[in-house]
Formats: sequence, C-alpha cells, structure tokens
Amino acid sequence: MTTGRVAIVDLGLGNLHSVAKAFERAGAKPELSTDPDVLLRADRLVMPGQGAFKECAHALAGEIGEAVRSWIDSGRPYLGICLGMQALFESSEEAPGEMGLGIFPGTVKRFAKDLRDAEGHRLKVPHIGWNQIDSTHPVFEDGEWYYFVHSYYCVPDDESLVAATTDYGGPFCSAIARDNVLACQFHPEKSQHAGARLIGHFLGDVSWS
Amino acid sequence: MLAKRIIPCLDVKEGRVVKGINFVGLRDAGDPVESAQRYSAGGADEITFLDITASHENRRTLFDLVDRTASTIAVPLTVGGGVRERRDVSELLHAGADKVSINSAAVANPTFVKDMAEAYGSQAIVVAIDAKRAPGQTDKWTVYTHGGRRDTGLDAIAWAERMAEHGAGEILLTSMDRDGTRDGYDLVLTRTVVDAIPVPVVASGGVGTLEHIYEGLEAGGADAALAASIFHDGHYTVAEVKEYLLAQGVCVRPPERD
Repeated sequence: MTTGRVAIVDLGLGNLHSVAKAFERAGAKPELSTDPDVLLRADRLVMPGQGAFKECAHALAGEIGEAVRSWIDSGRPYLGICLGMQALFESSEEAPGEMGLGIFPGTVKRFAKDLRDAEGHRLKVPHIGWNQIDSTHPVFEDGEWYYFVHSYYCVPDDESLVAATTDYGGPFCSAIARDNVLACQFHPEKSQHAGARLIGHFLGDVSWS
Repeated sequence: MLAKRIIPCLDVKEGRVVKGINFVGLRDAGDPVESAQRYSAGGADEITFLDITASHENRRTLFDLVDRTASTIAVPLTVGGGVRERRDVSELLHAGADKVSINSAAVANPTFVKDMAEAYGSQAIVVAIDAKRAPGQTDKWTVYTHGGRRDTGLDAIAWAERMAEHGAGEILLTSMDRDGTRDGYDLVLTRTVVDAIPVPVVASGGVGTLEHIYEGLEAGGADAALAASIFHDGHYTVAEVKEYLLAQGVCVRPPERD
C-alpha cells in the first residue's frame, strides 16, 4: 500500500494519540501538526474528533480552517472523525452562533432528551458504545460494528451525502461521503478490526465518491 | 441497536496486574499490556485499568503502561485510581487513555468533575462510585472513598444524579458488598441508579458466573458489565461471555476473528 504522507490536524484540543497509533498500525507514518504548510504538503488529511464544537470552531476560524478548506477544494483525500465530521457543516446546537467550516449545508443536532427505542425504553445520552451501521456505500460494510461516543449528530441538507446511518432512537447519519471527503461520527481508531479496515480503505486507492 | 458492553477490568500496581478480595491479599496476575491485548483480541469492548499504586511516585510507571497499552489495542481504554487534580487527567489522556475515572477526588471537590468535563468533554470523564448498603436498609446505599475505607455518608443515588449533572459521561458503579464475593452484581442498586440518571452506567462488583453478567445487563439494566476475576482466573474468555449473552438474546458486539 502506498499511503504517501498522512497529516493529522492538531487543533490542540484533544488526545490524538489513538488516531496516530491507528494509522501507524495501518502502515502509515502520520504527522501531527498545527502548521497549515505542513498540513497542505501531505497526501492525505485526517481531522479527528477533538473537544467541543465551540472550541473547535474557534480553532478553525483561523488559518488552519482556511488550510482545511483549501485542502478539500484541492480534491485530495480527507477523513473527518467525530467532531472532524461535524465541523464540515454550518452550525451546531452544541454551540449556537458558532460557525463550522460550512463545506456542506446542514447542521448538527443533539439527541432528544427523552430518546426512546422502538420498544419504548429510554436511551441514554451520550450514545456510548458499539453500534452498527446500515450502508450500501462501497467503503463501508453493511452491518459493521463501530465505537461511538457522542451526544450530537450531523443532519446534512443534502440527503445524498449520507453514506451510512445508525439506529439510536431512529436512524441518524453516521457517515458521509462526497468526492474526496469521507467522514464518520464513530471512531475507527477505537473500533478494532472494523476500524482498521476503514482506515485501510482511506489509505488505499479505493474511490469513495 | 446499541450493544451492551463487556469490560474486563485490570487492577494494576506498580506496572503489574494484581488481584485480591476486598482490596487485600494481593497477588501478581501478569503483565497488563499482554492481558489487555488478549482481552481485546477476544472481543472486549473496552478495557479498564484501576491503578491501586499507593504512592504518587509510581505514576510514571502507570503512564508508561497506559502508553504501551494504547499503542497496541484498538478499543477504548479507561484509567482510574489516584486521579486527584487536573494534571492527573491531562497526563493520563496524553498517555493514551480515552477516559479517566475519578472517585475520591469527586467527593472531596465535586466541582473538579465539572471542570474536567468542560475541559476534556464528558465523554472522557467517568465518575466511579463505590456504594455500600446502609446497615439494615434494603434500598439505601452510601458512598465510600479511599478504596472503600472511608464512609462519606453521601446517598449513592443522589450522588450519581449529582455527578451526571456535573458532566460525568458515565458512572462506574461498584457494589462494595458484592465486590470479590462472586455472588453477582447488586441488581437493585444497579437498577436504581440506571433508572435515576440519564448517562450510561457500568455495573461492577460481584461477577462469578455468566448468569451474573446477564442479570446485570437485563434485570440490572446496566449499559456495560465490568468484571475482573472471571477473566483473570481463566474461568471464561470474553468470547465465551459474548456467545452466552448472544444466545440469551442480549445485544452485544459479536467477537471478531483476528
């Protein structure tokens, strides 16, 4: 596998250890950086989930955000994880008034407080643990289990962006794919073999547009 | 559908796994990194380390251990024990822990939990509650700290509610009465806390059989089952636990083949 240079966006907000290690296990030599020049020199860009939407939005309001935007425009592969997926949209209920990157029209919503499953049992928020995806997208295996930990989820205006959904009190968007952009609400870096396979797809030559 | 989680717990002291009953009579039970790898390969949904090292001087050993474990396993790692200040939380997260469990320090200063949840996100902050039945009471439990040696007088249910309000992303609930007994989880305690709070509850203390895990998840309603000795003693593998639960109709993530 020729992975080229993988850069991981470090917004200084969270622990990127597990993401870096997961890419190392997949055979890549990821570089964590806050420097737009370093990020833009890579062949693949990864933005992991970090902290809260507000802090993430503030960090992306500067030149790093510009670098991510121009990266995505350049057509090179982007993988967003958790908040790195949410940040692609315009706004979030987690931080009203803060702006995401707005790459895609849509918003980020919180799970309802009285969320219930089909049998009427109350569901806990945050949604923590392993859940399955429903997907017909070639990058994802339908029915695969991934590790989730979040209270907010993306609601794209354009439903054709949705590459996978997951059931938690009803289906929510758990992954998107469009051209060079792949993003997931779950954490491939914590999802054992299933996660490793997804990272392998991202590093490989599979097209996900 | 969200799966119920199976979480092997490793008590570690000075870089080794130790075991004991009611926190005494410790004996060596192996290398934590190897154990964590074995459990992860067998289908463990998460791994928890509880550091019972007495002195703060040995924290470096723990950070090194967390770093080595997080480098080799690809499931979430929770680390608790001796977390007293912000630096402890940041150093553990930096070393590779996904979640940090806070116990005595939460009682000493409840605002600490709030501050940590705001700084690192609720998903990274677990509050561990060691609860013991009040003498002669069937539905009242009090919170103990310092490895079960100190009675705080706090009502365990009210305390769990307060910690959830303060931003704890999860409650790790241990029954002091059952811990190490192999008599099963305290199901009434578990169910009462599960029903009282909006965040997930991890049941702990007392597992001796597969049925106990089933009961904790079903009758107890826990979101996750934590167990130590049944795995360390080789009574059951994580895969056996999961196959049993699947056969009982419990939603768990099936063991993956390596």
